[in-house]
Amino acid sequence: MDTLAWIADPLHWTGSSGIPVRLLEHLQYSGLVLVIAAAIAVPAGLYIGHTGRGRVVAVAVAGALRALPTLGLLVLFALLAGSSLMPPVWALVILTVPPLLAGTYAGISSVDRAVVDAARAMGMTELQILFRVELPNGLQVMFGGVRTAVLQVIATVSVVAYLPLGGLGRYLFDGLALQDFPRMLAGSLLIAGLAIVVDLILAAVQRVLLSPGLKTDLRGGQKAAADLPAAAPAPAAVQGGTP
Amino acid sequence: MIEFQSVTKQYQGGQPAVDQLTMSIDRGSITVFVGPSGCGKTTSLRMINRMVEPTSGVITVDGRDVTSVPAAELRRSMGYVMQSSGLMPHRSVLDNIATVPRLNGVSKAEARKRATELLDVVGLASALGKRYPSQLSGGQQQRVGVARALAADPPVLLMDEPFSAVDPVVRDELQQELLRLQKDLAKTIVFVTHDIDEATVLGDKVAVFAVGGRLAQYATPEEILRAPANDFVASFVGRDRGFRHLGFTTSDAVSIHPVPTLVMSAGQFAGDPAGVTDWQLVVDADLRPLGWARPGTDSELIPGGSLFRPGETLRRALDSALSSPSGQGVAVDGDGKVLGTIRAQEVLGVIEEARQVRQAAL
Repeated sequence: MDTLAWIADPLHWTGSSGIPVRLLEHLQYSGLVLVIAAAIAVPAGLYIGHTGRGRVVAVAVAGALRALPTLGLLVLFALLAGSSLMPPVWALVILTVPPLLAGTYAGISSVDRAVVDAARAMGMTELQILFRVELPNGLQVMFGGVRTAVLQVIATVSVVAYLPLGGLGRYLFDGLALQDFPRMLAGSLLIAGLAIVVDLILAAVQRVLLSPGLKTDLRGGQKAAADLPAAAPAPAAVQGGTP
Repeated sequence: MIEFQSVTKQYQGGQPAVDQLTMSIDRGSITVFVGPSGCGKTTSLRMINRMVEPTSGVITVDGRDVTSVPAAELRRSMGYVMQSSGLMPHRSVLDNIATVPRLNGVSKAEARKRATELLDVVGLASALGKRYPSQLSGGQQQRVGVARALAADPPVLLMDEPFSAVDPVVRDELQQELLRLQKDLAKTIVFVTHDIDEATVLGDKVAVFAVGGRLAQYATPEEILRAPANDFVASFVGRDRGFRHLGFTTSDAVSIHPVPTLVMSAGQFAGDPAGVTDWQLVVDADLRPLGWARPGTDSELIPGGSLFRPGETLRRALDSALSSPSGQGVAVDGDGKVLGTIRAQEVLGVIEEARQVRQAAL
């Protein structure tokens, strides 16, 4: 109840430490981390998934990076490079690359090799195969990795408040310092709520991007199929992933 | 015309997959590569469109070395059909068929128009064009695969066991459709299969490959069945070779005898089969055969055997006689009306005559 009252308090919705400002900061940090991480991980994942080269190295490196302690890495970077914006961002990038890389790679390599072989035999160039066949068909699995990475970033970006920078993490660290537990709990709820909203948005984007041919509920959901009396039996799931 | 000149493919540290292959494939005909697993037939096929690069030797298409053309461009000039249809699951049937024309820069509208025509060519309803591959049956998918291969009207079609994953009834249908298509299209088709029956049904010429990538025999299917070049071919061609060979001799010399018939109306035979001492053929009002009535029994209808149409092969004729409960094969005309019956004894007589004619010619 105290927590809800804290969130509902109009005072907490204005000013430089109000919820809208903190929310925006949180999103900015998260976005920055994701853009940089994606710029590294997605091309690498596409390359490894398409060619199969460097798979062993990528898996080993990704695994090693995942084992790094978040807070330790953050503090190390801050100590080495000062407590400006970029050192913690780089620390978080290092933690975000592995799930993005793994997701991209898994998506591309989940595409039926017979389909890729047929595309090549029809005379597609390697780039055409990657972008017209492997990417659209691997999208569902790729989105699994992307959504995991996004959730992880939104949650862990809170730690930059420790440095101290802004973001919703401020409510956690400030609340802890002041023994203000309603404030801490409110911060947690806001971070969790943000993560859920962003994930729902990504799920909607995924639905729009994904070809109807890859959806598992083809028979019921598709008008074209429903119109035809002798519709083929609905196929089993084409690929793994979210329903 | 496609020529292999001493083509060898060797993977690292192993037996050659294809060993010194030299052969010439005729333009506008169906050439079938057949052989057991691991004989290099698929590898040989895939070297034609450079999906596999030969270790040594040269392949030319219409006199042009295939390596002189960029691989992607070369492949777009040849249709390719594979065992699993290889259709792109994220694209509609129509867009799948339109793939190669689109790669060649044809506009989307025009490519789709052409794709719709091709659905008809391969015997699919145009309404299927909007569906996705996972909504089609295996046989339908293979038809779409053939339509896709034909879309850019390439002179050469490469088919890698295209019908081996569908059930026997559908396979038979697809084989007949391919032959019908080929009559109009006259493509140069190279067809890979492990099924000697399929090879002899489809091939104008058949190339039998032996394990180790050697060409064991390259001849017409009739010759391969009648005169296998060596023990390997003889054993690969295997059982029923003599019977299958009948599929290459016409049955014009087989005589058709009249047969007593009973007309079925309202589920009853018009007439009394009891007391008759001979098998009688039961027909419907249009004289189409329904089955047989056994002599001296009540009005039980016994299912008949395979039907024979004059002009078909001796194999069909013999099968018709052997599969009939009365020992008489039923001959029908193009409309399915009964012409009469043929007897196994007489078919065998014709077979023996044909053999003697061949012998005299040697």
